[in-house]
Amino acid sequence: MTFEYAPAPESRAIVSIAPSYGLFINGEFVDPTSGTTFKTVNPATEEVLAEISEANQSDVNAAVNSARRAYDRVWSVMSGRDRAKYLFRIARLLQERAREFAVLETLDNGKPIRESRDIDVPLAAAHFFYHAGWADKLDYAGLGPNPQALGVAGQIIPWNFPLLMLAWKIAPALACGNTVVLKPAESTSLTALLFAEICQQADLPPGVVNIITGAGDTGRMIVEHDGIDKIAFTGSTEVGKSIARALAGTSRKLTLELGGKAANIVFDDAPIDQAVEGIVDGIFFNQGHVCCAGSRLLLQESIAEETIDALKRRLQTLRLGDPLDKNTDIGAINSREQLNKIDELIKSGDDEGAQRWTAPCEIPDKGWWCAPTIFTNVTQAHRIAREEIFGPVLSVLTFRTPDEAIEKANNTPFGLSAGIWTEKGSRILMMANELRAGVIWANTFNRFDPASPFGGFKESGFGREGGIQGLSGYLQSGTDSDDQAKGMS
Amino acid sequence: MRTIAEPLTTTSALREFLHGLPGVDEVGIKARATALGTRSIKNDSKSWAIDMAIRMVDLTTLEGMDTPGKVRAMCAKALRPDPTDPTAPSVAAVCVYGDMAPVARAAVGDNLHVAAVATAFPSGRASLAVKLQDVRDAVAGGADEIDMVIDRGAFLAGNYGLVHEQIVAVKAACGLAHLKVILETGELRTLDNVRRASWLAMMAGADFIKTSTGKVPVAATPAVTIVMLQAVRDYYELTQTRIGVKPAGGIRTSKDAIKYLVLVKETAGEAWLTPDLFRFGASTLLNDLLMQRQRMAVGHYSGPDYVTID
Repeated sequence: MTFEYAPAPESRAIVSIAPSYGLFINGEFVDPTSGTTFKTVNPATEEVLAEISEANQSDVNAAVNSARRAYDRVWSVMSGRDRAKYLFRIARLLQERAREFAVLETLDNGKPIRESRDIDVPLAAAHFFYHAGWADKLDYAGLGPNPQALGVAGQIIPWNFPLLMLAWKIAPALACGNTVVLKPAESTSLTALLFAEICQQADLPPGVVNIITGAGDTGRMIVEHDGIDKIAFTGSTEVGKSIARALAGTSRKLTLELGGKAANIVFDDAPIDQAVEGIVDGIFFNQGHVCCAGSRLLLQESIAEETIDALKRRLQTLRLGDPLDKNTDIGAINSREQLNKIDELIKSGDDEGAQRWTAPCEIPDKGWWCAPTIFTNVTQAHRIAREEIFGPVLSVLTFRTPDEAIEKANNTPFGLSAGIWTEKGSRILMMANELRAGVIWANTFNRFDPASPFGGFKESGFGREGGIQGLSGYLQSGTDSDDQAKGMS
Repeated sequence: MRTIAEPLTTTSALREFLHGLPGVDEVGIKARATALGTRSIKNDSKSWAIDMAIRMVDLTTLEGMDTPGKVRAMCAKALRPDPTDPTAPSVAAVCVYGDMAPVARAAVGDNLHVAAVATAFPSGRASLAVKLQDVRDAVAGGADEIDMVIDRGAFLAGNYGLVHEQIVAVKAACGLAHLKVILETGELRTLDNVRRASWLAMMAGADFIKTSTGKVPVAATPAVTIVMLQAVRDYYELTQTRIGVKPAGGIRTSKDAIKYLVLVKETAGEAWLTPDLFRFGASTLLNDLLMQRQRMAVGHYSGPDYVTID
């Protein structure tokens, strides 16, 4: 017998999923006035998990009114220290119920339990802890004395990190004294709805957090609602642009965190074994459903062959399958639509002459899956080098000199993140200065911390989330109108 | 791909080669070790891993107070680790000081390997003549595996030629005995040094590379073991020769041992999952493996009084 890992599935008994969910408005779950629902599905099995309500205009109005009332009467007049108390409470409850959140996230999203357990949920709790610490110290955030909240924030989040993106949005908004109306993505609403229970458990005043579910139409109603003072959106560049157009000329503030096509640049003096790990973390983490994924690998030509061989060897040890199995590295693709999009771009890679290599994985019969894929012989002109694939597909390009690496890395409409691999410290600093990306990792990739601001250049969006810089997105300051005017440059 | 062009024996040629190896990023490798540490090994895989780990143990006693009686008792345990269960496998070898090799050989016969530490273990601070005599004595006394220490002083001073020369000489003195080269990674300190010392030892003729003597505060760690496993994997790709790896010291629980097997599987590959290519240098680990083995068989934990203490 060889050393095969026996199945080690995390039990789903810890979480109870209701057959259907209402909308969380004013501290209570209410039925949608629309009466319409849609299904949320486990992408690994195609099993229907629950019926989710679709909010219509009057539901959105109710949520905004509830948030406004809570802002006027309770949250804006509460001391920072008291707001912090609630945030600390939420953070601790997230930790206490971490396993429940991890299992639910994995069921609804398809990501491996290893990631939801070790990354998504702990980081979500960390964001609440971090921002709880800011709530009574906003005077020292560098925005002048006694900075004021904006009011009601409308927040729209994507399906790739459902709970974590919720935390990125809600924690700073609440810490700064805003109330929120949040809409999770339609395919991953469950952890947001479980978070609503946490708000109840924490005795958060009703209306401070409102969670309404629905698809793009509901999102549009939030964006266009004039009772909302601030829109924060994470998602595709296409939708981000339409939101920017909708808000142009209004006084509503906006932050956008959009797509990316990050370059992960490996120099010939890099620690190759760790660079290979970083390439894997960069593009195969969360099945590549990461806006800051290192989807373009730029290899110095002198080590290209060696590194690709090492990468292929490493990819053969990746374990694709049941996301609830604690030994799974690659989970399911979140939706059929996303899988189709990935397949279409893979096909374009084949058609345009790039060389495809796919890791040998057994693909389960049910559910939506994509084996880790590498394209070599990719040029800047190929679609797979320019468009965001948002899947486990890596495009490999080569370069000869640092200048060429910078040129190729920056030659994209996006600018969210980049990675540099070299043992030479001075080169890291030089590259970091030249790369036009909001987040730059050196000798690592896809590391996140609530104290570190995250956000993009160019078509990857504007505004920052996390850190002291992230607070300004939820506070009034002298530079408010500047931000708005800048738009997407 | 990198090649070994000409015979690398001089300090300058070795230096050029060893310093041309890719660096090791300490943060990255620790993150990798932590990630592999979360692999969950259950049921059949766990039973298999526990038996494999027992078969990989070099049961060790390296104390100033060692006596023939103590060594004989340990040998009995090595041959039959669990007297209540005949299906429990024997360990790979017993590991003793050179002067105890005849006692150990008499006790285990041809049933187990006898490993002897030599070359002025653990510090290695003696003349080459003394080191070689130490090796010859142990081999003459019945040891078929020699665990030598490298001259860390010479290595840290950059005198790679001297380290190389000594390993080559010890290898010659070993005759047919297998040579394990102890790098004493706790004294090399950096993972770059561990990688260089691994290559140096392999190129000089080591059959195994081993982390530690167990006599300095920091012994085997997952990160160090990964670096050494990467080195043997890369050396194999270059030469088609498989060199073994032996982490020693500090591995005390079954859980730890299983984590190391995961490192082996996912770094060097399945081919290294054999006692011929991977060993644990340990004394207390064996009893924990036996307790876990009993628990897997009967469904509940027994207790320290149900495994023998020899």
